[in-house]
Amino acid sequence: MTRIGRWLPALVALTLPLWLSTYHLHVAIMAGIFGVLALSLNLLLGYTGQLSLGHAAFFGIGAYTSALLTLRLEWSFWPALAAAMALAGAAGWFVGRLSLKLRGAYFVLVTISFAGVISLVSVNWIELTNGPLGLPGVPAPELGPWSLRTKSAYYYLVLAAVALCYAVCRRLVNSRIGRAFVALRENEPLAESVGVEVTHYLVVAAVVSAAMAGLGGSLYAHYTRFVSPEVFLFTYTVTMVIMVVAGGKGTLAGPLVGAVLFTVLPETLRAVASWQWQMLAYGLLLVLLLFFLPRGIVPQISAYIAGRPRSDPGARAPSP
Amino acid sequence: MDQLLQHLVNGLVLGGTYALLGIGLTLIFGLMNVVNFAHGEFYTLGAYVAFAALGWAGVDFFVAVLAAIAAGAALGWVCEVTLLRPLRGESIDTTMLVMIGVWIVMQNAELLAWGGVAKSIPHPFPTAPLVLGPVAIAPLRLFVLVLAAALIAASWLLIQKTKLGRAMRATFQDRDTAALMGVGIGRIHAATFALGSGLAAAAGALLGPVFLAYPSMGDLASLKAFCVVILGGLGNLPGATLGGLLLGIAEELGAGYISSGYRDAVGFVIIILVLLFRPSGLFARQERIA
Repeated sequence: MTRIGRWLPALVALTLPLWLSTYHLHVAIMAGIFGVLALSLNLLLGYTGQLSLGHAAFFGIGAYTSALLTLRLEWSFWPALAAAMALAGAAGWFVGRLSLKLRGAYFVLVTISFAGVISLVSVNWIELTNGPLGLPGVPAPELGPWSLRTKSAYYYLVLAAVALCYAVCRRLVNSRIGRAFVALRENEPLAESVGVEVTHYLVVAAVVSAAMAGLGGSLYAHYTRFVSPEVFLFTYTVTMVIMVVAGGKGTLAGPLVGAVLFTVLPETLRAVASWQWQMLAYGLLLVLLLFFLPRGIVPQISAYIAGRPRSDPGARAPSP
Repeated sequence: MDQLLQHLVNGLVLGGTYALLGIGLTLIFGLMNVVNFAHGEFYTLGAYVAFAALGWAGVDFFVAVLAAIAAGAALGWVCEVTLLRPLRGESIDTTMLVMIGVWIVMQNAELLAWGGVAKSIPHPFPTAPLVLGPVAIAPLRLFVLVLAAALIAASWLLIQKTKLGRAMRATFQDRDTAALMGVGIGRIHAATFALGSGLAAAAGALLGPVFLAYPSMGDLASLKAFCVVILGGLGNLPGATLGGLLLGIAEELGAGYISSGYRDAVGFVIIILVLLFRPSGLFARQERIA
C-alpha cells in the first residue's frame, strides 16, 4: 500500500506528457511551479510556524533577476537561474535578520511591508524594470544543444525542480536543522533553554525558503516569457498560503497536494465562473477549511489510513 | 515655506482619516488579539455605502456617513459573532487566516457588485477652495478633518467615560480577571469589533469623496492602519491618533519632496523601522488601552 502510494504518483508524474493535451500540460506546469512555491512557504509556515505574507516578493525577485540577466546581459538560463536563487536567498537573509526578534503578527507585517516596498520599486524604477509595462521576450531555456521551448520539455524541467525542492525539504526537515525548526514552532523558550539557537535557525529557514521561491520565480519568467510588476500581486502570496493550509502545513506532501488541487480547480471552474466568483470561492474555502479541516487534507487522510479517523483526542465522544 | 504649510494641511486631512482607521484597528488588535486584515474592506464598504446613499438616495452628507458607520458596525458585529467567536481559543494565526479569507470574499463581492471602474462620489460642498493666508483647503477636506476629529473624540469619550468603555479597558488589561468580575467577554468582543469596523467605514465614507471609490482601495488602507497601530502602540488610542496624523503628514511630505511614486512606501518603511527600533510604539512605555 505504502509502496504503491509512493511510486504511483511518481510514475504518473513522469509519464504525464504522454497522455495529456498541450493545454492540460500547461496546467501541470503551473501546478509544478506553484508546487515549488508552496514547498518554499511551507518551510517557514509549516515548520518554523512563522507566516510570511511577503512571499510574492521572493518569487518576483527571482523572476525579475532571471529575466533581466538573460535579456540585458544575455546570460544563458542556468547561471541566471542560479543568480535568481542567490538574490532571492539574499533577500530572505535580509528579511530574516530584520525580523530576528519579531514573531507572529509582527513578522507577518514586516514581510508584507518588505513585499510592498519591492513591488513599488518594480513599478517606479523604470530604467531597470520598464515599469508597469514589464519585460517581454524573456528567452526560453536551453539545455546543451536543445531548446526547452516545448511544453513537454519544460514540464520535465519543472518536474525536476519540484523533485529537487522536495528532496531538499525532506533532507532538511529530517535533519538536526529541521528538528530545530519544529522546536522553534512548538515551544521557543524551551528550545532556547536546551541550547537551540532559535534566531540562527529562523534565518536559515528564511534563506532556504526565499531561494526556493526565487527558483519558482525564474521558472515562471522563462515559461510565460514575460515579467511585469504583477508577479508581486498579493494574490500569489494568498494562493501559496491557501495551498499550504489546505494541503497540510508541516507535512512534506501537503503543499504539493494543495498546489495540484488549487491549480486544477480554478482551471476547471474557469468555464463556469468568472475570476471574481473564483476568488470569492477561494476566500470562502479558506474560511471553511480553517473551521472544518484545520490541519489540512494530507494529515487528515494519513490519520484515516492509520485507522484513527479522529486523531484529536478532544474530538472523540466521551465514554459513558 | 508656503508649500510646506500646504503639505502640512493636506497631511492633516489625510492623517485624520488614517487615525480613524488606526483607532478601529488598534482596538480590535489590542483587545481581541485578532490581526484583522479585513479592516480595509470595511473602509471600502463605507465608501460604497456613502456612494449609494449620496448618489442614489440623494441624502445629506451627514446621513450618508452615519449610514456607512451603521453598515460597517452591523457587518463587523456579524463577522465577530459568526467567525471569530467560535475561534476564540484558537491561535492568532488561525484568526488571521480567517480574516484574510473575509478580506478576499468582501473585496470580490464588492468587485462583483460595483464593477472594477473607480466611482467618483458626489458631495454637496463647493469645489472652490477656501484660502486662508498662504494655504488653500477645499471645503470638503475641511469638513472631513472636522468630522474625523469629532469621531475620534467620541470614541475616546466612549472608552473613558461609559460603562462599556470601562469593561473594554478591563478586558484589554486582563481578560480572565475581567470575566471573573462579571464582564461579558463575548459581548465586549462583539462591541469592539463593531466599533472598530464602524470607524473604518466612517473613514471610507469621509475619504471616498476626496478621492475615488474602487474595490481594491482597502488593501493599502489596511496596511496604513497597521502602520498607525504600530506607530502608536497596541491598544493606545491617543497614540493611534498621533500616529495617524504623523503618517498622513509624512506621506504628504514624502510625495511632495521626494517622489510621488513612492508615497505608499512611506507606511511600509515606517512599519519596518518602528518594529525594529521601537516595537512598543513611539508614544508608550508599554502596551495599554486609551
